[in-house]
Amino acid sequence: MSEEGIEVPRALASGPSAFIPAKEILIEGLNQDVLIESFLSLGRVDHLTMVMALHPSYLSCFLRIQQALFELDGPLPRDWRHYVSVMAAARHHCSYMVQQHSKAFLEAGGEESWLGGIKHAPVKLRSLHTLNKLLAHRPWLITQQHIQELVCAGAEPRWSLAELIHAVILMAHTHSLCSFVWGCGLNPEPDHIGGYAFHPPSPSHIPRSPYSPAHEDGRQELVDGAVEVEVLMKRMVELQQQQEEEECTQEEMVTRFERERSESIPTAVVRGAPPELVLCLVEEPEFRYEDFAPRGEQSPPIMRAQDYSWEDHGFSLVQRLLPDMGQFLDEEFQVVSNLTYNRMAMHEDVDTYTLRKALWNYIHCLYGIRYDDYDYGSVNVLLERSLKVFVKTMACHPEQTTASTYHAFWRHFRHSEKVHANLIVMGARLQAALLYTLRSITAYIK
Amino acid sequence: MEKMSRVTTALGSSSITGRTMFCHLDAPANAISVCRDAAQVVVAGRNIFKIYALEEEQFVEKLNLRVGRKPSLNFSCADVMWHQMEENLLATAATNGAVVTWNLGKPSRNKQDQLFTEHKRTVNKVCFHPTEAYMLLSGSQDGFMKCFDLRKKESVSTFSGQSESVRDVQFSMKDYFTFAASFENGNVQLWDIRRPDRYERMFTAHTGPVFCCDWHPDDRGWLATGGRDKMVKVWDMTTNRAKEIYCVQTIASVARVKWRPEKKFHLATCSMMVDHNIYVWDIRRPFIPFATFEEHKDVTTGIVWRHQHDPHYLLSGSKDSTLYQHMFKDATRPVDKANPEGLCFGLMGDLAFAVNESLVSSDGGRKPYPGGDRRYPFFSFKKPNPTEQFAHVSSALSVFETDLDSSRMDWFVKTAQLYLLSGKPFTELCDHNATVARELKRPQVSTTWTMLRIMFSDPALGPNHSLSKLGGLPLMNSFSMKEMGPESRLERCKGESRQDNIHLEPGNSHISNNNEENEETEGSDGPTEYMFGDAELDDDDLYPLEHDNQTVAEEPVYTLPPEAFQLRHEIIDNPSVPEHLQQDKADSPHVSGNEAEVACLTPIESFSLISISQPLYSPHLHANFFCPIVREMLSHYAERGDVQMAVSVLIVLGEKIRKEIDDLTQEHWYMSYIDLLQRFELWNVSNEVIKLSTCSAITCLNQTSTTLHINCSNCKRPMSNKGWICDRCRQCASACAVCHHVVKGLFVWCQGCSHGGHLEHIMNWLKNNSHCPAGCGHLCEYT
Repeated sequence: MSEEGIEVPRALASGPSAFIPAKEILIEGLNQDVLIESFLSLGRVDHLTMVMALHPSYLSCFLRIQQALFELDGPLPRDWRHYVSVMAAARHHCSYMVQQHSKAFLEAGGEESWLGGIKHAPVKLRSLHTLNKLLAHRPWLITQQHIQELVCAGAEPRWSLAELIHAVILMAHTHSLCSFVWGCGLNPEPDHIGGYAFHPPSPSHIPRSPYSPAHEDGRQELVDGAVEVEVLMKRMVELQQQQEEEECTQEEMVTRFERERSESIPTAVVRGAPPELVLCLVEEPEFRYEDFAPRGEQSPPIMRAQDYSWEDHGFSLVQRLLPDMGQFLDEEFQVVSNLTYNRMAMHEDVDTYTLRKALWNYIHCLYGIRYDDYDYGSVNVLLERSLKVFVKTMACHPEQTTASTYHAFWRHFRHSEKVHANLIVMGARLQAALLYTLRSITAYIK
Repeated sequence: MEKMSRVTTALGSSSITGRTMFCHLDAPANAISVCRDAAQVVVAGRNIFKIYALEEEQFVEKLNLRVGRKPSLNFSCADVMWHQMEENLLATAATNGAVVTWNLGKPSRNKQDQLFTEHKRTVNKVCFHPTEAYMLLSGSQDGFMKCFDLRKKESVSTFSGQSESVRDVQFSMKDYFTFAASFENGNVQLWDIRRPDRYERMFTAHTGPVFCCDWHPDDRGWLATGGRDKMVKVWDMTTNRAKEIYCVQTIASVARVKWRPEKKFHLATCSMMVDHNIYVWDIRRPFIPFATFEEHKDVTTGIVWRHQHDPHYLLSGSKDSTLYQHMFKDATRPVDKANPEGLCFGLMGDLAFAVNESLVSSDGGRKPYPGGDRRYPFFSFKKPNPTEQFAHVSSALSVFETDLDSSRMDWFVKTAQLYLLSGKPFTELCDHNATVARELKRPQVSTTWTMLRIMFSDPALGPNHSLSKLGGLPLMNSFSMKEMGPESRLERCKGESRQDNIHLEPGNSHISNNNEENEETEGSDGPTEYMFGDAELDDDDLYPLEHDNQTVAEEPVYTLPPEAFQLRHEIIDNPSVPEHLQQDKADSPHVSGNEAEVACLTPIESFSLISISQPLYSPHLHANFFCPIVREMLSHYAERGDVQMAVSVLIVLGEKIRKEIDDLTQEHWYMSYIDLLQRFELWNVSNEVIKLSTCSAITCLNQTSTTLHINCSNCKRPMSNKGWICDRCRQCASACAVCHHVVKGLFVWCQGCSHGGHLEHIMNWLKNNSHCPAGCGHLCEYT
């Protein structure tokens, strides 16, 4: 072909992730039935799947939920499902997800012009804009009115509750997936824009495009990395033992929660403008995450986990409106929160429960969800600052994740463990967003 | 001792009086509990912890237990319980994991007595021992149950639920040492309080969390459980394996369940999501609640019977910040509103009828059941209900079979199979369908097709003029439209129309003969009532009944009654026309061949023909002109129950008529027709209809449920993964029985022995052999 003057594109990326060496993924993730299965069903193994394959039990659960959301019977037509996901991914400037779903959207028979901009899409889809925006950045602002506007009898175009809940799950699922994509620094697929080039890049020139995560050499020397792990180990053991001894007051507990919530974690590494491809699909791109309650301001009422929980309330509602979906989500949350290999960095036989719990609750805390029975002091003890920076960036501004934030935390941990942390952030974020929306829907149908 | 106390409390119960009443709380309630003498109730929630006195006419706030400058999370209660022996003793479970006891006898404002902070997570439930003053049990989200001796500072024993969250714990009312615990994973465990090392017994009660359980107050073996799976189950624990003896299906997850005092089979439930009502069920009648309380505006979080021996007062607290006392006599009784009769037609015209027996027997002079007759299969079930109250629970079910020989829906099936809906020019389709209808002895439908052809066929095909002159001529003889010139055709048609005329006459007379009878059946607007009155007669009397029954069901086959009806109908719609029509009829000797033909048809066609044939003479005639009439005609067919005709015409006419009928109606017709076709298992036809429809809601039916579940042919287990290899037995799942290669593509298999393979191979094999190629000995057949 080259002789005929046709330029042959070459794949640029050297592996599925810009942060994790391809070698590592291949060694740990190779030769798994899930991958074979996913290859057979999709005809390819995309980068997302490859990275997730580091945790096969999660991957198989993830593939099931993907299939249930996008393929199985449901109230929304197939092409709409993918378009909703495109809209959702665009909010986080995640060109990887936008392109994946755009392709699927076209395959499902979608109208190509819709991808040229949200203004070409039907009014009904565009009416999701507000909800999409809030779900992505500030789900605690979602109220009964937002639901009412879409569902009530006079609404034009009107959403049925089943359709709405399908769309909400699609959006929340995609938002949290964007966090994962950015957090793991996934490279564009070879057929994505930015994933190929017609001329091989010279070795000196590192491609810097808005389509792929920044290639910064974030690898700092491993100063005292080993010591960190030891300290963390010790703290976890202490925490597990001391529970009964120390009895702190009510105020102290509230303060601890507030402290975690409002601790200023600098996350503003402003990235270049998002690519045109994505930008045209976003309305109000300036609407971003803002701290749940910046210091000194009147905070919106926090959500008490005991008053509206996934197990007691959310599940029943989803199951009622979209049979089976509740089951799939329930399974996903369970897999994420129970996933453990009983090891940490170079140590084996470690009970990582407290650490996982701290991560999960920290993210819920960022989203204004509080557990009465959790001592937020342990978040401070267990999560080092660089980890908090990473987690908060990922959960709240995923598009600003850089290689340096990724490499800065848990320097002695395996990559697969960092991906595990990513999974927890993703699951916790999904649940938080869903809880707020489901609570509003419950209030609406009351 | 226990007996004694019982007697006294039972006596006390007679003094309970009151009415349905409520009071506003300041905050949502999470749980409520009453003290033993039924005079006070405690309400606990995240921001409320108060005691109310139950007076004759109202609730009176007695005590606020939330004291102190900054209420601690220890006050944020998930559950509360009032000791049933010590009237000063209360316990609460806090969302932060604390278990707190309160002594109302304390002189200070702060009544807090003991504080246990041994649980790491939210405590979901606290439960006092029914007879022991100092024994308290708690169950927590952290997976532990703890037993406290209130005389000591800490728990005396800990029971581990293996890190599954505990949702409820309940001491048995009868067995001193036993308690039951329900778990988030669906299990229920029985423990002996003396043996903290392991549970006595465990069984899976529900899928998903079991939110609540309750021991029967009198029957020692019975335990009721309620779960997120919307079920209430009653277990008999006296046997070796816990046996499910009753099951009630509710409409939402079950948050609380409480046996009703003094009523062996009654229990009350409430839900934590969506449904705000409180239901009282008779577990022997699980399909309809015995009583319902509908006062709350948000989910009910706590229910409790006011007195342990009085079944008439129920207290409830809710998220809507109200506390209610419900009088049982004020409850809604859903059964009163339930329809006492059920009626359903079978596919082939059979009829099933279920009726409350009391209705039947109250009908004096009639035998309740034609039980002896074999031809009328009859089922009845009876439930003895000695405790009265619940309306007598027994119904009779009768099934009336139609005469098998007539199998009277044949016409529907044949029509569905023979109609052509696409693939040919419009006129041919109409002609074909007309022929089909005629052969099935449905002249009206046949004529309708023919007329549609005339109305809508493209005038450009032939000289407009001649066609209009022809009028209704080509009605019955589509074959006459061959290569003839307009004039010769005219002549020919004239001749034939005469023949048709004669031909049709008998049919006409038939109509008039039948008219009387038909009118009778039509006239009785509710034929069902009529029949069911008679259904209770004995055999001889049933004969005429059966006849009646048949006529009703057969109506569609006769096709004539509808015409008679239609005529009347249309005339009423257009009062000006009938005169015209009658004139025409009277003047028939004078009219031209066209109209003679018209007159010989059933009146309705003649009417529409007249209204059509007149404008036909005008050269400006446009096909759209007929649309309103056709639309009316289609609605008429659909309303008469012949939705098949409506849909078929809709498809064949396509664009010509679609715009005239609103989408919803179209969709409705399509859905009904497809549903009918699928009931008759006419899958191919139904699929064709789906494909040809233009409603988006219908065409997308084809895209749903496209998953095909298969089992591995070796190990007979479901194939969960994709690809050709079964992940259980590691064999290629779909090997061809002839060539032993994996079949990728068309796979044909015998439904008898489930062996199969490549389509071609099997075909070849079975040409020469009659046995299965796999050697299983089955005689396969390829058709």
